[in-house]
Amino acid sequence: MKKLKKIKIRLNGKNRNIIEGYKLYDLVNELDLPLKKVAIELNREIVDKKKIKKIKLNNKDNIEIVHFIGGG
Amino acid sequence: MKIDKLTVGNQKFNSRLIVGTGKYKNMPECAKAIKLSGANIVTVAVRRVNISDKNKPLLMDYIDPKKITYLPNTAGCFTSEEALRTLRLAREIGGWKLVKLEVLGDKKNLFPDMIETLKSTEVLTKEGFKVMVYCNDDPLMAKRLEDVGAAAIMPLAAPIGSGLGILNKTNIHIIIKQTKLPVIVDAGLGQASDATIAMELGCDGVLVNTAIAKAKKPFSMALAFKHAVIAGRQSYLSGRIIRNLAGKPSSPTEGII
Repeated sequence: MKKLKKIKIRLNGKNRNIIEGYKLYDLVNELDLPLKKVAIELNREIVDKKKIKKIKLNNKDNIEIVHFIGGG
Repeated sequence: MKIDKLTVGNQKFNSRLIVGTGKYKNMPECAKAIKLSGANIVTVAVRRVNISDKNKPLLMDYIDPKKITYLPNTAGCFTSEEALRTLRLAREIGGWKLVKLEVLGDKKNLFPDMIETLKSTEVLTKEGFKVMVYCNDDPLMAKRLEDVGAAAIMPLAAPIGSGLGILNKTNIHIIIKQTKLPVIVDAGLGQASDATIAMELGCDGVLVNTAIAKAKKPFSMALAFKHAVIAGRQSYLSGRIIRNLAGKPSSPTEGII
């Protein structure tokens, strides 16, 4: 079997290795995130959450996933 | 009595007290204090999701955004660019358009950078946001914010978290008199009576976080602020007596034995 190639992305300021061909949807699933309660940014652009199944991740992509926390 | 509601943008709220959700010991304490305060609006911050600890409690699980209006803030932003990025992300989470803009310019005193704040207000308003703006107690700047489309003026009483109360009542009063927008004193209140003073000046509301969250008894203080805001508003609407240096007896002077 062909060995799966890995690529490196940056997620919330930390490096992370993922399998090449991974979609943004796969990442969100792996992290077990409640999609309704977060916002996602890919390379400084806001991502339409309805389209994450179609967005393929590339090497060196920079992803930020945010939510609401307590604040004044 | 006619129903006296706080109007911001085109939304109406029963309570004139807005509370922050920061600095509490834990989520249940925060949720209970908010409930006791009677607030309809709570400020919230936008931060990175904790990837490593999935079991960390989520704010939305304790404070239902369907029941209480979330007011996303830009706390911790020092440039217009950071503030815009934060609020665009906040809107993406749940479609919020009502936001609190706060662009800081000074790490020590946490005073707002009004140049960056003004720029951001203009851009956000053009993008369809209803921007409630944390600002200095400077009437000229307040006017400039109104000119570029702010939804509410939120002058500081004193530095954030300082608990010093309203330091410049005159400026706050001038800001109220000159504007058609709601004026909400934001930051620096220390005790319930500070909220009453703000409301008696004619403010449309107050925003409180630290004074409740860090009180020895946060639940009790939440309740105190609730009543202080109601009392202050009622007092303002009742029309106070004219200040008089001489004493006037309260009992009739005729018929004294």
